Amino acid sequence: MTKASKLIYFFIFLVTILGIVPWLIEISGRWDYYYTLTSVALLSIASSGVWLTFYIGRINIGQGAYALAGGYVVAILVTKYDVSFWLSVPIAGLFCSFVSMLIGASILRLRGVYFAMITLVLTEVAKLTAMSLPITNGAKGISSIALPGELSIFGIIIIPDFSTLANVKLAFYYVAVILMIFVFAGMYRLVNSRIGHLCRSLQQNEELASSIGVNITILRIIAYSISSFLGGIGGAIFVSISQSVYPTTFQVADSINFMLNVFVGGMGYVFGPMIGTLFIYFGWDLLFTTGKYQLLIYSSIIIALILVLPNGLLSLRIFNKSNKREIK
Amino acid sequence: MSTILEINNVTKKFGGLIANNDISFKVNKQEILSIIGPNGAGKSTLFKMISSFMKTTSGEVLFEGKRISNLAPHIAARMGVVRTFQETTIFKTMTVRDNIIISHHLRSNSNLFGFFIGSSTARNDEREFTRSADELLEFLSITDIGNELASTLPQGHLRTLGIAIGLATNPKILLLDEPFAGMNHDETMHMVDLVSNVRDRNVTVLLVEHDMSAVMKISDRIVVLNFGELIAEGTPKEIQENKIVIEAYLGSEDDSIGL
Repeated sequence: MTKASKLIYFFIFLVTILGIVPWLIEISGRWDYYYTLTSVALLSIASSGVWLTFYIGRINIGQGAYALAGGYVVAILVTKYDVSFWLSVPIAGLFCSFVSMLIGASILRLRGVYFAMITLVLTEVAKLTAMSLPITNGAKGISSIALPGELSIFGIIIIPDFSTLANVKLAFYYVAVILMIFVFAGMYRLVNSRIGHLCRSLQQNEELASSIGVNITILRIIAYSISSFLGGIGGAIFVSISQSVYPTTFQVADSINFMLNVFVGGMGYVFGPMIGTLFIYFGWDLLFTTGKYQLLIYSSIIIALILVLPNGLLSLRIFNKSNKREIK
Repeated sequence: MSTILEINNVTKKFGGLIANNDISFKVNKQEILSIIGPNGAGKSTLFKMISSFMKTTSGEVLFEGKRISNLAPHIAARMGVVRTFQETTIFKTMTVRDNIIISHHLRSNSNLFGFFIGSSTARNDEREFTRSADELLEFLSITDIGNELASTLPQGHLRTLGIAIGLATNPKILLLDEPFAGMNHDETMHMVDLVSNVRDRNVTVLLVEHDMSAVMKISDRIVVLNFGELIAEGTPKEIQENKIVIEAYLGSEDDSIGL
């Protein structure tokens, strides 16, 4: 695909999510979709982190732990220390990165199912930690977190105080979607740069990678910490929207969903997590009308998808023309 | 001739099993040295210790006077000691060219962040890697398969690619693990030429091999291991006439070790 057509697709994508979608919601009056789509954007950010750990050849079922940690960091900073939301979100991300480096240094030696099992435990550990620490307020969690305040640089207000806005849902939608665009653009760049190639070398053969002089330990930790950073900021904004966080906000089931998003979207594609999250989250919502058959239909579709499209939704031919990750 | 690699009293024990017992020899600069021995003689173990893939139980390996044993593989590679693999270990889902390009990692001047933002150093690196990869493809006469997926290659080409990956790191010593295994006569002879050419690029070659005719043809010197012990060291001619070696391979009258 040429550079020009890539730009055109990118532009269409921007117009769609920043203009057409809000406009459609406006005329249809389905305000609840803002919440759904905002969640999709945030969850896809966390899922793209999971995707990156898949990219270095590790099955990560522990993203929920970092999302929860990120959520708590924002909740504590905003309610107890009166830190601005705009500052506490990156702090939450960095906190998660830091924690994941400590954890990753030991668990990233494991491969395959063993790594998966350990990460599965992480979410539960995070939940129990949140329950027992005094600062996280135990099972009662932290509620009535203030909405994001204004963001100003040198006295110029860039983003107004959310509590003064008429439509907070729309504001959050924009925050989440714009962040998502930056995350995926960064991820695209990462994967198509040498770092991505190195990650792929790691995924395919760690021994060979180390024999050509790649410091595999450091690279694994870098990838995992980026992954956790994304989990952290995703969780942090999610918590700010619901204005409350509990130990059960992100559970093992959510961690599995993060992984499922990546599977369904396609592990070989940078934009896989985005499509996967949209499909799974939105699909589940749409199936709500089927009542008691919801889970049955939903799981049948997932099973069918894995059988028919083992490489994910993006391996469908119609996507391959436009969205396929370019490998030179 | 100056010494480039010194193996000093290297011993490796796996529990009660002694894989290498007190092995010492020297490798000269720009020579081709083969390590031979019957199955289970400890050749591959020794190889892994030289390239820091495995820790020694005692003893050390010195490269240009500096210790390189018991470090991490990537540090040994950084210092200039690079191994290829016995199995056809390559990056399967990349093209041949990409396999070689990525293996230039050690030569990069830019750091990872530079590659992420696409700094000018990083772009220069990429250009240089591509150029050098093309040069290597030509050197190994595999330019025509440059764009093929590595997983589709036949055995012979895989070996060549393995060597290309090794060479891309700009090594001072290249350790080849059974480069001739499973090849027919013509392929072997082609590979023998290739390995001699590699030496002409200022690379010292250490190889582990079973194919005696190839070893005798290519080696400057040979080291023979048997049951973890170094039993002989010398030129191909000396080795062929060495009684202990013949005994190790063919067995003395009453036992049947080895091939």
